Amino acid sequence: MYNEHSDAHFQMRIDKGEHIEAKDYMPENYRKHLIRQISQHANSEVIGMQPEGNWITRAPSLRAKQILLAKIQDEGGHGLYLYCAAETLGVSRVELIENLHEGKAKYSNIFNYPALNWADIGAIGWLVDGAAIVNQVSLQRTSYGPYSRAMVRICKEESFHQRQGYEIMAKMMKGTKDQQAMAQDAMNRWWWPALMMFGPHDTDSPHSSDAVKWKIKRETNDELRQKFIDKTIPQAELIGLKVPDGKIKLNEKTGHYTIGEINWEEFYRVIAGHGPCNKQRMEHHIKFHEEGAWVRKAAVAHKQKHLKKELQTV
Amino acid sequence: MTTQEAIYKYALRLGDNSLILGHRLSELCSRGPILEEDLALTNISLDMIGRTQALLKYAAEIEGKGKTEDDLAYRRPENNYYNNLITEQPNGDFAHTITRQLFISVFEYLFYSQLEKSKDETLSAIAKKTVKEIKYHMQHATDWTIRLGDGTEESHKRMQKAVNDLWMYTGELFEMDEVDTLLFREGISADLIPIKAQWQNDIKIILIEATLTLPEDSFMQTGSKQGIHTENLGHILAEMQYLQRAYPDAKW
Amino acid sequence: MSLDSQFDLWEVFIQSKSGQPYVHAGSIHACDNKMAMQNARDTYTRRGEGTSIWVMPSKYIVASNPDDNEMLFDPANDKVYRHPTFYVMPEGAKNI
Repeated sequence: MYNEHSDAHFQMRIDKGEHIEAKDYMPENYRKHLIRQISQHANSEVIGMQPEGNWITRAPSLRAKQILLAKIQDEGGHGLYLYCAAETLGVSRVELIENLHEGKAKYSNIFNYPALNWADIGAIGWLVDGAAIVNQVSLQRTSYGPYSRAMVRICKEESFHQRQGYEIMAKMMKGTKDQQAMAQDAMNRWWWPALMMFGPHDTDSPHSSDAVKWKIKRETNDELRQKFIDKTIPQAELIGLKVPDGKIKLNEKTGHYTIGEINWEEFYRVIAGHGPCNKQRMEHHIKFHEEGAWVRKAAVAHKQKHLKKELQTV
Repeated sequence: MTTQEAIYKYALRLGDNSLILGHRLSELCSRGPILEEDLALTNISLDMIGRTQALLKYAAEIEGKGKTEDDLAYRRPENNYYNNLITEQPNGDFAHTITRQLFISVFEYLFYSQLEKSKDETLSAIAKKTVKEIKYHMQHATDWTIRLGDGTEESHKRMQKAVNDLWMYTGELFEMDEVDTLLFREGISADLIPIKAQWQNDIKIILIEATLTLPEDSFMQTGSKQGIHTENLGHILAEMQYLQRAYPDAKW
Repeated sequence: MSLDSQFDLWEVFIQSKSGQPYVHAGSIHACDNKMAMQNARDTYTRRGEGTSIWVMPSKYIVASNPDDNEMLFDPANDKVYRHPTFYVMPEGAKNI
């Protein structure tokens, strides 16, 4: 009889396309990789609430405010689903938040950029969520069951996010000169960071090979980035936005666009903590986490008091 | 004042209440004490913005000058807003946020339950939808009030301070002016006098369960029905109206 | 150990329509029953997904051990007689 607790058996299950559940055998590195990836994903959703949150109180109409608020709430919900998925791997949310605050766990670099004008809300929805969706659609088929189920729910809910962003951009491009300028300004600032969201080129990506072998990641960074580029450039052109890259070319034979060189120096600089908002984002999260501590403590104390009371009356 | 003018003012006033409180709650997005509570507060804020749309749309219709709900929400000067002063008070700590929610949601539950019977069909329909939402807001605020009041020493202190701080803004909720009395005679508006007694009773029961002390009735702030506000409103509007004011020709 | 609490983990089951089974929707954190119900509602029914909710603390869920899968589930594989298609009906038999 073969050993069900062997890496070989595990890999056989993966190759057959089976999903792995929380109590199933998994190699320690698979577990570690998942905790790192899912918690980074969860942190990104939660930290991602901040740049858009910067515009809630200045949203220019009741409709715009509702949409933005509902969208940011979704991001919070998605963070919540993902933290819970990570918890199935034996790590608590307390630890996950500690890791974030201590810099041991990361979040997507993109949220270290500022949201400076109202069109940034459009650009974030259209480009940032657009890039995220390409990645997330692919992750619905990820091999770890709880992660896959969270992604299915997230993709269903996110379907309106990109559309609302594109709607803002289209509306502004049809609007006044000022609005058009805001939209183009947002495009110029968000395009390249959005492309960086897919991570380094496959040849430079340290985690890719195991993740692909284990079917945590179903497509490579470059494949996903290309998908995003191919669908987004025509959308930009349709509403009259200029993509800030002089080297864009459509390869008629392959149907794919080629682009100029991504500034990887900037990418690694921001990862290393030197983006425009790294410090601000983390301080915000720590501040409100700490301010909430007395509330959480009180709720636990209240419950314990009443447990005691109930026991006394029995 | 004609009945139409009174209804306009009445709808505006109710719309301003949910507009400003919904705005205050929206400020809390990404600032909740735990992720789940962040989502809960946002849901409440979204209910209020939805209610604002219905009420200000109705106000604009009654006014008959071709305005939209956004014109009313974003283009009035400060002294033309009629929200109760308590709605514009800062979020403060979570104890203040919850206490403000408690005072307002208990009031609004009683108020909109009466307004359901309004002879004005639009107001009655809005009230019916609102009561369902408010009932949930009230439960949420009540549960938290009890947890925090009867939680730790620190949470108890913070809650008692919040109750004491906000108490002086509660008297205004029950003031009846010309608009209220005129519409009450016509069976359109709610009578605030019985609501006041019921409100005091309900709040007392909740505060007792939360081991908190009901403040003595003393000086009560007033002014919103004449458009006179605390300094807070100006700052809210400066932020909220920024894009509409800076780019008056733009459509969003 | 950390002094912070993020409350307990709960599992949420949603019934989409009356008569339908309750289906696991996901998890939430909450401190007590009331909070669990409210958090489940605020997290998992924002798009009208449900008409009824069950919540329960995750620690009370008893899950089967994958090591027991053969023992638990394989014996059902050869009980073909539990399925209606196993039986041969005379031609022309109706409503059976």
